[in-house]
This record gives sequence, structure tokens and C-alpha cells, in this order.
Amino acid sequence: MLYFSKLRIFSVLIFTLILTYFSISNFTKLDDDLFSKNIKLGLDLQGGSYLLLEIDNKPVIKQKIQNKVIEFKRFFKEKNIITKNFIVSDNSISFETTSNQTQELEKILDDDNSEINPYFQQYKTHEFDFELIENRFNLKLSKYGVVLLKNASLDQAIEIVRRRVDEVGTNEPNILKRGNDRILVELPGLDDPGRIKSLLGKTANLTFQFITQNSEESFGTEKIEFEDGSEIAIVSKRIVLSGDNLVDAKPTMNSQTNETVVSFSLDRVGAKKFGKATSTGVGKRLAIVLDGKIISAPSVREPIIGGSGQISGNFTFQSATDLALLLRSGALPAPLNIIEERTVGPDLGQDSINAGILSLIIGFVLVVLFMIYKYRVFGVIANLALISNLFLLVGVLTLFEATLTLPGIAGIILTVGMAVDANVLIFERIKEEIKSERNPIIAFDSGYTKSRTTILDANITTLIAAVILFFMGSGPIKGFSITLGVGILTTLFSVYFIARLFTAFYVIKNKDKEALI
Amino acid sequence: MREISFNKFYKPFNILSIILIIASLGLLMFKGLNYGVDFKGGTLIELRTDQNSANISKIRDSFNQMNLGDVSVKNFGNETDFIVKFEKQNSNDPKFIDNLKTKLSSSISSLDFRRVENVGPKVSAELLQSGIIAIGLSLAAMLFYIWIRFEWQFSLGAIVALFHDVIITLGIFSLFSLEINLSIVAAVLTIVGYSMNDTVVIFDRVRENLRKHADIKIFELTNISINQTLSRTIITSATTLLALLSIFIFGGEILKGFSLAMILGVVFGTYSSIYIANPILVLLKVSQRTIVKEEKD
Repeated sequence: MLYFSKLRIFSVLIFTLILTYFSISNFTKLDDDLFSKNIKLGLDLQGGSYLLLEIDNKPVIKQKIQNKVIEFKRFFKEKNIITKNFIVSDNSISFETTSNQTQELEKILDDDNSEINPYFQQYKTHEFDFELIENRFNLKLSKYGVVLLKNASLDQAIEIVRRRVDEVGTNEPNILKRGNDRILVELPGLDDPGRIKSLLGKTANLTFQFITQNSEESFGTEKIEFEDGSEIAIVSKRIVLSGDNLVDAKPTMNSQTNETVVSFSLDRVGAKKFGKATSTGVGKRLAIVLDGKIISAPSVREPIIGGSGQISGNFTFQSATDLALLLRSGALPAPLNIIEERTVGPDLGQDSINAGILSLIIGFVLVVLFMIYKYRVFGVIANLALISNLFLLVGVLTLFEATLTLPGIAGIILTVGMAVDANVLIFERIKEEIKSERNPIIAFDSGYTKSRTTILDANITTLIAAVILFFMGSGPIKGFSITLGVGILTTLFSVYFIARLFTAFYVIKNKDKEALI
Repeated sequence: MREISFNKFYKPFNILSIILIIASLGLLMFKGLNYGVDFKGGTLIELRTDQNSANISKIRDSFNQMNLGDVSVKNFGNETDFIVKFEKQNSNDPKFIDNLKTKLSSSISSLDFRRVENVGPKVSAELLQSGIIAIGLSLAAMLFYIWIRFEWQFSLGAIVALFHDVIITLGIFSLFSLEINLSIVAAVLTIVGYSMNDTVVIFDRVRENLRKHADIKIFELTNISINQTLSRTIITSATTLLALLSIFIFGGEILKGFSLAMILGVVFGTYSSIYIANPILVLLKVSQRTIVKEEKD
């Protein structure tokens, strides 16, 4: 165990130097592509905001069901299938047909090439599951029908969230999918997420609808409240224009009223629709509805045909800016709820870094002194291994651009404490071997050999804990599992290659001395 | 080195351990654990104020005026830092925290929200569940590993020692109403790893000695093995405790609970490797035949 070939010495040296270089590159400003990697600081150290959003998909499913009902009715009419007595709930459709057509309808719904009830080959299921009781069909979205719907809505939502966050212009935001109805937003450096939260909390569904007096409107009417709660208006259900037709929106100052407004421009289709509606509706009030509340309802004085317009509504410059931003980035498919939020201010982050580094230095010095006190020369060797272990650990973390968190720093300190264990096991074993073996080189050799399985056993158990933490933990805790796990690997390397190398040099040079350890 | 007769004290310490475990289980059952916002849901705010602008009762009064339910206010590390916790969270009101700040600023001058954590009921339930799964999984993984590496008597001894450490550590957290949060779960998992590590080192030696000495009874043999590995046990727990104490004292308030749990774990882990794991080998009458028979298979 004490013999090292030249090649091995060389490769250990190179490996250690490269990783040491990586770890030092964290503290210098090198303009070098390969070595410009840095350890990323977690949100708890650099300050920032962590938001977990959950989509409330109920409206999406409800909308899907409503669209499907219209689709069904049109399709059945085309195929001359008589259906009646539709019962529509939030997640199911049910209707009756005549007894002689049930079989035909059943075949249509169950067909693998069905136009109306698509079959998903990869999941072996239709969009809708159905059951037939006498002449009544009960249809429900199948499990995968729901999954596909949720995935589509998540994809869309994540895109909108990204646009909104980008528009606010925060520093390197991190936006990720979590499961099939959650979005994780990490905003480093942001200590007050209030604005982002209120931006993400809005669906931003914008519609223009006329206010009517008679409730006998052919499209039906609904009662909508003004945002400031001043008035409840009866509004036609006919949507003149929706936010989808907007191509741009920005806050501007209306020169006549000296009021902050949001001016928007429309795409061609939108401009045409808007022009037509405003020509026929001169004199009527056009309600501008955002997420179920009327922002304002100006009277149409003349047809608006240029494809642009303004929204007024007691805006401050900030609120006009936010509304413009929401309109530009588009509407979310469904409302998002913030189900978890963690925000750390930058000064707390800095305090944590300072405390972490202070305790690392003190812990390190204490362990180093203790080892020298206990083992003298071999304590120095164990300490050399410990120091290179730290450089290796930080080097590996840098190489993989891992995220360092406060518990992660604790993991490094703990590694310092536990790393000496392997060397202690070896040294203690050598002490025992020396009692029965006169030749120190043989004693050292068998000390290394006999302690090997114990060291492996002992480290594998800690590694198991670290791996499980890595997969089960989140955020800061994941940072802990990474430093703990990588720490075990670098410990084994530093003990078996670096400390053993020094030990070998020392023992071979001093083989004639009595009582080496 | 002089041999210490650890085995003389197997019985009294076993009785002590049994009492501690029963007491801990009783505490866990009847008093329960003090879950933090991670596992209970709710809001945590870390505040920093001026030297003289606020004290606990003033902050508590200001929060109590806002109808947030049960509000707990505690000093955090020093005179000017406070931790405020309440169960209400803001899932549907993005302005919730902003409004809180505005309201508080009117009664307390120079207020800094250093940290805000807000966990909804669904997330906290999931975090608790995954924490329990993680601990369960790691215990199972340890059991599996030790079962491959050793004979079943050894596995049983190691696992009982492991449960002993985890239960008593949690019992102490319950007794002093210390907060259980995500980092405590990480600490418990590390304790599991450390306790196992410590036990394995002694067991390796017991097994080695069993092969060498057919004539020595297990009662004596465990004592010899404990003594042979004693200086390693002491040095490693000393260096680990030095590192942990450094985190506990200098690592800031956030790591206090985490390092405390680990310190307890290391102390009990070291103790249980000697006084729980080994007596179980004695109890199960492990002898040379135990390992020779296994090895023949």
C-alpha cells in the first residue's frame, strides 16, 4: 500500500492541482473561458425570492367542457344524430339519444380514429371516457385527457410567466416546471417580490364588451362590477375584442386630460373588429373588462378604425406600466396561486455568508490543532490531506457549477470534522500493528490494508444518507446533501492518494527510527 | 492503554436508554413536535429594528391588531432581531406582505424585513410527507446495506442503535419545544449516517476478533473490540463535535437548530454504538459459529 509509481504520483498531482485551480478561480477575476466557472450562491446566501406557483386548472377544464359541448352539438347535427337533454357540469357532459341511434353513437365515440373523441395512442385511452345507461351517455374527461390539458395549460402559463418576469427585468431569473401544475420561480437578488407577485397573480384576461340597458340582448348579459366598486353594470356577453388581438401596449400621458393611460395597438383582425363594433356602437358605453372587473367604460364618440386606442381608469404611472406589461405578455390560461414563498434580504444573505465562513475557519483551525496535538507529524500529514480535501471539494463544486447554500457551508464544515476519521482509523490501526510488527514499512502497509473495509463501510453509510437527501430534499437542503456527498468522495481521495503519498515518503525516509507514530 | 470495562455497565445504561426511549416516545405522542412553517404552513418573518424602536411586546401588539390569529414573537440572536410566526398565509392575496409592512411601519420606525417565508397548507403537508419518507428511506437503505455486509444479529444491533438515536434526539426537541423544520430533517439523516458509521467501525472489529478468538465469550469480546477502537471513537467524535460546535456558536441563528440536532446525534450516536449495539450482540449470543456458519453458506 505504500508503493506509488511515478505515473500515479504525477496523475494525483495533476488532478489535485486542476481542482485547486478551479476552487481558487472563485476568488479571482480571470477572463478565461475554461476556468471562469464559479460556484453559484443559493438564494439564502445571495438574497432573493423563491416562489412556487400552482395553476388552478378548474377554469381550463370548465372551458374545455363548454367548448366540447358546442363541438358535440355541431357534430351530431352534421351526422343527423338526435341528441337532447344535455346536462353539463364543471367536468362532465351527459346527453340522451334515441334508442335506435345509441349503437351508432357508441361506435363513433369508441372509434380509434374518432374525430370527436380523439384516441391517444401512447396512453391507450380516449380524450373522454364514457358510460352508457339506457339511452343516456355520461362523458367525463379521461385521466390522460386531463393530464394533456394540464400540460398544455402549464406550458402556456410558463411562457407567460417567463415573459412577465423578463419584462420586469430581474437578474437571471430561473423558471422551472414542477410536476404538472406547478411553476417554480427563483429571482436572485430580489428582496421585495411584491410587484412580481401581483403581476403573476393576475390572469390578465382583457375583453371589450358593450354595456346595455335592456337585458334582452341576443347573446345574453351578465352583471359586472367596476373595479373601484362604484357601480355594477349590465354588460352584453358578446365579446367585441379580447386581449389576444393586442400587439402592443404602453403607458402614455393623455395630453388633453393630463391623465396616465394605457395605449394599445391591435393586429389587423382586431383593428377590423374594433372598427366595425365602434361604428355601430356610437353613443354606447364600451366596458373594458380585466379579470372579471370593469376598469372603465368610456362612451364611444366616433368609430375607432386606426387599430389603436387608449384605456383610462385612474391609473398611476406604476399601475399603467404594470397593466401595459400584463397586456403585452398575454393572458394566463388559468389563475396562478402562490403556494410557497421564501424571500431573503441581501443583508441577511451576506450575514449568513460571513457567519458560515467564520465558523468554517474556526472549525477548521480547531480540528487542525487537535490533529497536530494527537499525532504530531502524522497530524500534519492528515492536515495536509484535509486542506487539499477542501480545495478538491470546492473545486468539484465549481467544476459542476453547483449551488452553495447555508446548509451547504455547514456540510463543508461537517466534512472537515468527519474527514479526519479515515486517517484516524488508519493511524490507530498502524499503532496496533507496530506493536506486533518490527518492520515499520510492513506495519504501515498492513495498517492501511486492514482498515480499508471499515473505512469504506463507514463512508458508504454517510453517502447513502447524502444521496437520499439529494433526491428528497429541496433548495438549501439539496445544497447540504451535495457538499456532504461530494465531501465524502474527496475525503476518500485525499486520504488514499494524498495523505498516503506523504505517509509513504515520510516512512520510507525514516524507516530506521523507533516509534514512528 | 488500560482497558476500560465498558461491559460492566451494559445493564444500567440499557435501563437508562429504555427509560429515555419510553420518555421520548411519550413526549412525541402526548406533547408532539413543534413544527415550523415548513411543516405546519403559515408565515415566518424575520425583522430587524433600531436599537430602541421596538421590543417584543410592542411588536406582538402591532401584529395582534391585524387579526392574524395566534402570533408568536421571539428574539432571534440579538436584541434587535425578531422572528414573528403566525399560521395565516397569503395564498390569494399577493399584496399581503406589502400591506403588513405598511401597517407595521406606521407603529415601528426603521423596520427591515430580512426574511419572509410563506408556506401554504398543501405544500407544508407535502414537505412533511417527503421528510418522513426521506428518513424512512434512509433507515431502510441502512438496514439493507448492513444486511448485505453483516450477519442479521449485527444488523439488528445497528438498527436498534439507529432508532435509539433518532427517537431520543426528537424526544429532546419535543421536550424543549425546539422547532422542527426542513434542516432538522437533514440533520436527522446525517445523524443516521453518523450513528451507522460509528457502529460499523466497532462491529467490523468485533467480527474480526470473533474470527481470531473462538474461546472468548461475546460479553468479553465486545469489550475488547470497544477498547481497541476507543481512541478512534473519541478522536472522531471530538473532531466532529469541534466542527459542529463551531457552527453552533459562530454559524448564525439559522443553523442553530440544525447544528444542535447534529451535536445531540453525535453524542447519542457514539454512546449507542457502545451501549446499545454491543449489548444486543451479547443478548443474541453471537459467537464464532454465527459468522463461520454464515460464511460457509
